[in-house]
Amino acid sequence: MNSLIHPLLALLLAPLLLGIINRTKALFAGRTGQPLLQAYFDLAKLLRKGAVYSETTTWVFRAGPIVGVAAPVVAIALIPFGGIPALLNFPGDLILFAYLFGLMRFMTVAAALDTGSAFEGMGASREVQFSALAEPALLLGLAALARLTGDLSLSGILGSLTPQDWAHAAPALALVTAGLLVVYLAENSRIPVDDPNTHLELTMIHEVMVLDHGGPDFGLILYGASLKLWALGAILTGVVLPFHDERLWPGIVIALGGMFGLAVFVGVVESSMARLRLLRVPQLLVAAMVLSALALVLLMR
Amino acid sequence: MTGENFAVLQNAQAIPLSAIPVVAEQEFRNRVLSEVENGARLSAFFGSPQPCEDSAGPSQGSSAAKRVRLYCVLARDSARGLAVLATDVGDTYEALTPDCAQAHWFEREIAEQWGVRPEGHPWLKPIRFHASYRRRNPERAGDSALHHDAWGRSADAEILPGVTDYYRIEGEEVHEVAVGPVHAGVIEPGHFRFQCHGENVYHLEISLGYQHRGVERALIGGPDRRTVHFMETLAGDTTIGHAVAYAQNVESLAGISVPLRAAVLRVVALEMERLANHVGDMGALANDVGYLPTASYCGRLRGDMLNITALICGNRFGRGLVRPGSVEFDLRPTHVAELRQRLQAAYRDTKNAVELLWNTPSVLARFEETGVVTADLAEELGLVGPAARASGLQRDVRADLPAGFYREVKMPTARMQTGDVYARAMVRWQEIENSVGYVLDCLEVLPAGTVRAEMRELRPESLAVSLVEGWRGEICHVALTDARGRFAQYKVVDPSFHNWIGLAMSLRGQQISDFPLCNKSFNLSYCGHDL
Repeated sequence: MNSLIHPLLALLLAPLLLGIINRTKALFAGRTGQPLLQAYFDLAKLLRKGAVYSETTTWVFRAGPIVGVAAPVVAIALIPFGGIPALLNFPGDLILFAYLFGLMRFMTVAAALDTGSAFEGMGASREVQFSALAEPALLLGLAALARLTGDLSLSGILGSLTPQDWAHAAPALALVTAGLLVVYLAENSRIPVDDPNTHLELTMIHEVMVLDHGGPDFGLILYGASLKLWALGAILTGVVLPFHDERLWPGIVIALGGMFGLAVFVGVVESSMARLRLLRVPQLLVAAMVLSALALVLLMR
Repeated sequence: MTGENFAVLQNAQAIPLSAIPVVAEQEFRNRVLSEVENGARLSAFFGSPQPCEDSAGPSQGSSAAKRVRLYCVLARDSARGLAVLATDVGDTYEALTPDCAQAHWFEREIAEQWGVRPEGHPWLKPIRFHASYRRRNPERAGDSALHHDAWGRSADAEILPGVTDYYRIEGEEVHEVAVGPVHAGVIEPGHFRFQCHGENVYHLEISLGYQHRGVERALIGGPDRRTVHFMETLAGDTTIGHAVAYAQNVESLAGISVPLRAAVLRVVALEMERLANHVGDMGALANDVGYLPTASYCGRLRGDMLNITALICGNRFGRGLVRPGSVEFDLRPTHVAELRQRLQAAYRDTKNAVELLWNTPSVLARFEETGVVTADLAEELGLVGPAARASGLQRDVRADLPAGFYREVKMPTARMQTGDVYARAMVRWQEIENSVGYVLDCLEVLPAGTVRAEMRELRPESLAVSLVEGWRGEICHVALTDARGRFAQYKVVDPSFHNWIGLAMSLRGQQISDFPLCNKSFNLSYCGHDL
């Protein structure tokens, strides 16, 4: 029964992460900012709306948002959280984890291309290019963790990681953390890779692909994005804060603290640096890949 | 220099029409080209109908073949003067553009307005998408003979903005991206066509005209009670700039000058307009690269600057402040103190916000080497304002061709060399610093006295040119009066008219994702161009 706690927490609290990021940014900008629960209000509003579909689109366009929520939900079911085992686990589920996001991306890109718009094609091309570089970074990072713990499931990896590992394998874990952090920012379309707040369609990556979605579909996309933010954040938190407690609640509180802390960190990053030039984004992602690979090499000795 | 070849005058001066040499087409072409060769700029180049057309028919007289008079106003920055020349043309003339790229946009305008075809123009397309001014009502019998259209469109043809032959690059991997006229932000309408290879831009074509209101036509017969309101809304963010340019024209035609106190207040208002817009632009540039702190602070500080203008005249954009012969709102002594204190506070905050930009490597990485316009290119295209100064050109009406209070107290000119987004941002910042200092100095020396001069009748059959360095660059107004001293024609050249082509050229070889940033670094006016 306990293993249901994490999926439920994620489904419930994921949009809150967006609120925390926005409030952090507002604080830096000297503004009051939108309410902490704004993402929930937006979702409620969008779900009440009707949807408009272009005549040139097909079922692919409508399937995009649905897969966009289903994939991260399954991914979350694979992640242990604050000492609670994951709902599902089997050896090698980390590959499934990585490719669930691949599936999500494939459907978003397919839906974008389905509209036939030049903008969306441009966004799709960027998304695919960048994720082709982000994916190896994620997989190599997970491989390094698997090597360290000698386990091939996410539950096994994050379950057996302890603060002692940080004592004897600090360099490798620090490299993995840095690599995963870049993947986390890139995959979730945050600065310095993408700007989620921009209104400039020519500079967008993720946002431009979903311009033609409206109403409940767009609500699903927003919700799916916040679940993705949660899922990748949960992996990072699991690596950085590997505290396991006998009791249930202290572990959950620490893990939730880590999630919210990560959201604050994203807010700080977005407040203190500009977006990279699009041409430079691959360099950042390759750097993340190198960091993860280096961690793996360090652990191979 | 070549005084006898041109009518020579100062900024904000009127001369009789009879003093302007009207030469043959070929002679006109040669003289203008050699003058441009020697460093002069085209400030205005426009057509004006000859009176015979309206009063008499086409069948009468020998002048039927030469119905449009072209006026060319050249700015000689180094000689601190203006030169005017005219020629009469028929339905075609030999285009200047192949030998003088500055004329490119002007000749398209002449073709569109007067149905005069510049032969040999390499890029002859409409710019505002309106019918020729020499079109006659097709329902009135016998009038069709008077219809002139550079593209041979019939008198009742429907002309839709943005519908034209765009330059296209063919090829397997080349694709076209069309942006606008409806944009994602709350901005003015304009259509942009990119020819791209992946993320690289080969060519950008800009098509405007969606905001065309026919202001120049509405000004004919003025000045009347509406005229100044047209001027203040030519480009809403340049209210003071255009109002001052207009006021200077009327004053020189009336042979009056405003009292010194009014001249100082105009300069203060003009610099405050520059400050508000430059500060807003710094924030907008930061916003476009996703750099939050400067974007947020400058958004507020722009409001502070606008409120200072509101302190002077009650309107944040300075509407109602400048009138021919006067400024309508005098500054009370208590206001002088408050203005100074508010400006110093706003400047302090702006300095903090803007210095964040220069100290953030990720911001500089976006600004530097983005959207480069070389000095040669800027010179060739005849760019004006901060965009020209960022490319290393010494070009500032306040210093080169000063009028009003700028004649009394010199304004330093900001300059950069690199011509990229960074240079355009840096020039703005330097101008913010200069303007704050200038306004504070002006308040220091604010002379006592009245702010109103007595208005007189305008001189008939005259031409007046007025240049003002608005925050975007050189604003040029040319007024021609008829026998009764009313406007026979009123030509407005907004700085955007010169600079849109600069934006298009700056995008060549750039990443398409850098377009919004380049666009913001120019920050041109759509309605100022479309008139």
